[in-house]
Amino acid sequence: MSEKMKRTKEPLIRTVKIAERSKRETMKLRVIAFAMALLAGGLFILLIGFSPIELYGTIISGAFRSKMAIQATVKFMIPLLISSLGVTLAFKMRFWNIGAEGQIIMGAICSSYFALFHSDWPHALLLAAMFAAGFVGGGLWGLLPAYFKSKFETNETLFTLMLNYIALHIISFLRDGPWKDPGSSGFPKIARFEANAQIDKVLGVQFGWIIAILLVIVVYVYLKYTKHGYEISVVGESQSTAKYAGMNVKKIILRTMILSGGIAGITGMIQSAGSDMTLASSVAGGVGFTAIIVAWLANLNPVSILWVSFLFSVLEKGSSVMQSTYGISTYSAAVLQGIILFFILGCEFFIRYRFIVRGKGGVRQ
Amino acid sequence: MNMFLNFLIAAVFAGTPLLFGTLGEIMSEKAGHLNLGVEGMMAMGACAGFMAGLLTDSFIVALIAAFAAGMLGALIYAVLTVTFMADQNVTGLTLAIFGTGLSNFIGEYMLVNSTSSSLKLPEKITATISNINIPGLSSIPVVGQLFFQYNPFVYLGILVAILCGIYLNHTKMGLNLRAIGENPAAADAAGIKVTKIKYINILLGGGICGIGGAYSSMIICGGVWMSNSVNGLGWIAVALVIFASWSPTKAIFGSFIFGAFNILKYYFPKTWITIPSAFYDMLPFIITALVLVITSIRKSKENSQPASCGVNYFREER
Repeated sequence: MSEKMKRTKEPLIRTVKIAERSKRETMKLRVIAFAMALLAGGLFILLIGFSPIELYGTIISGAFRSKMAIQATVKFMIPLLISSLGVTLAFKMRFWNIGAEGQIIMGAICSSYFALFHSDWPHALLLAAMFAAGFVGGGLWGLLPAYFKSKFETNETLFTLMLNYIALHIISFLRDGPWKDPGSSGFPKIARFEANAQIDKVLGVQFGWIIAILLVIVVYVYLKYTKHGYEISVVGESQSTAKYAGMNVKKIILRTMILSGGIAGITGMIQSAGSDMTLASSVAGGVGFTAIIVAWLANLNPVSILWVSFLFSVLEKGSSVMQSTYGISTYSAAVLQGIILFFILGCEFFIRYRFIVRGKGGVRQ
Repeated sequence: MNMFLNFLIAAVFAGTPLLFGTLGEIMSEKAGHLNLGVEGMMAMGACAGFMAGLLTDSFIVALIAAFAAGMLGALIYAVLTVTFMADQNVTGLTLAIFGTGLSNFIGEYMLVNSTSSSLKLPEKITATISNINIPGLSSIPVVGQLFFQYNPFVYLGILVAILCGIYLNHTKMGLNLRAIGENPAAADAAGIKVTKIKYINILLGGGICGIGGAYSSMIICGGVWMSNSVNGLGWIAVALVIFASWSPTKAIFGSFIFGAFNILKYYFPKTWITIPSAFYDMLPFIITALVLVITSIRKSKENSQPASCGVNYFREER
């Protein structure tokens, strides 16, 4: 046995952990990864027979070429930014809330109830009620998986995912039945909100952008400077540590998921009453999923989320221009987003580990 | 009676793509890797299978292309999670978004660059993948209808499920794989090549998912290309793994049961009670959520996730 052991060679490449890299090195690695992602994306563009430089140029100029284009870019950014902030709270706690999509929808449904049936209320009161309803709707939809997770350890990833689809079908139920617009002929749909129930515009874009920026500050402060924020990060690091320190882990999970879902719910209210002006089944439209990518790319830092969601909105808007100019499908945005995150995920490895090739500095302790 | 028979047959058809997705995910999870990218790998397989069929007229080439595309998706996942130890949840989710986007993108690209207004599979392939007819057997009433008249995918799916079952439970490779899934460090110490076996099984699982995707683009959509043909089936498959308690043979029945939920609305007698169609559409997801809760309450050791699932293995950290 021992002779056999001796013959086993040291592996060709092995992985070792390294001491923490400096902030600067980390940043450098991320920039390299991003550049490589752009290169890989360029290769993909080349493969379908276009010039990468020209297309990347189109994306950027498409997002900023006119006042209207910029406004449209911001319009893309609002829901993405807010829901990314929402999932960040859960992710900091290592609670895999994949359900932002459903929480957005439930927020939109609850706020739409007031928009549709109480549109005679004073404007400010109505919007406040819709805002609160959006928060409550999304929050309760987030509370459900949190309850089962904290009580029975139910897998939250799959549970929140199923809730997405259930929420989506609740909209189609309302659209085909109780909330169907009697005035519309053909395909059933929900009535357009009256002007009184629509969110006002500031600088040409709906008020939601101000709420989004305020939320960035609130979430940043909440996570960094409050007791709650500290508890979230401890639970995220280790539940046993949190328990040992006398924290009520169950309560923290429930509370954080109400907030996480609630913020996603606000997204739903803002998207339906500020951009769609009705309750459409596309109210979330995949934003809940993209938000997860954004939050992760930003390393769960609210300020970085602002920048990453801005970048992604440029990509979304730019890809719609790409479609109208070159006939390239808008799905290219999802492909590019995926490529970027793949590279960043790969780069995280080099921040924490490195490879050692056999024979080169491979001295074993 | 006849109605009920038709219902059972339709359930098998609707359950087959789920079966492939579930089997693929079981293979990956047995290696300790929860791959949430099933939806993406299925979408990639859907696109590759359809386009290969369109271009080559051959069903076998289409199957191989779908398998390879699924494997490609799984390869991205495996490199990132096994070698680079990236977070499994996030990597899988990204794969789901990326795969779906890529598949739809290529589909639209092919559509724009084709001369006709739609992409349609050639006659030769649709004939190959249509329901089989074994003279004598298929015409037996009830039994023949219930067992001998599906398309080749259905039989392939059941065959793959049985093979996976034998592989996992009755071979040395399968035993090694299960050991890795439960405790990679112990398996490594016992001399099992952890990284290699993880790669092989994650890739195999991806390939199987890819075939499930080909089913949704080639069969469910009736031979005409449609965007988003997988449409959430991959996510149900991830949940079905739990329903089937990580057993390939149970996955067969699980898939057909979920297939039944998917088509219930077309067969439920409307004379009894009218239920809005949205509730039927919700049903598979509600049932899955209930299954999740019930299995977590029961918490049996026997039917639970491989212990190391979701946690990456780093050799020098024990």
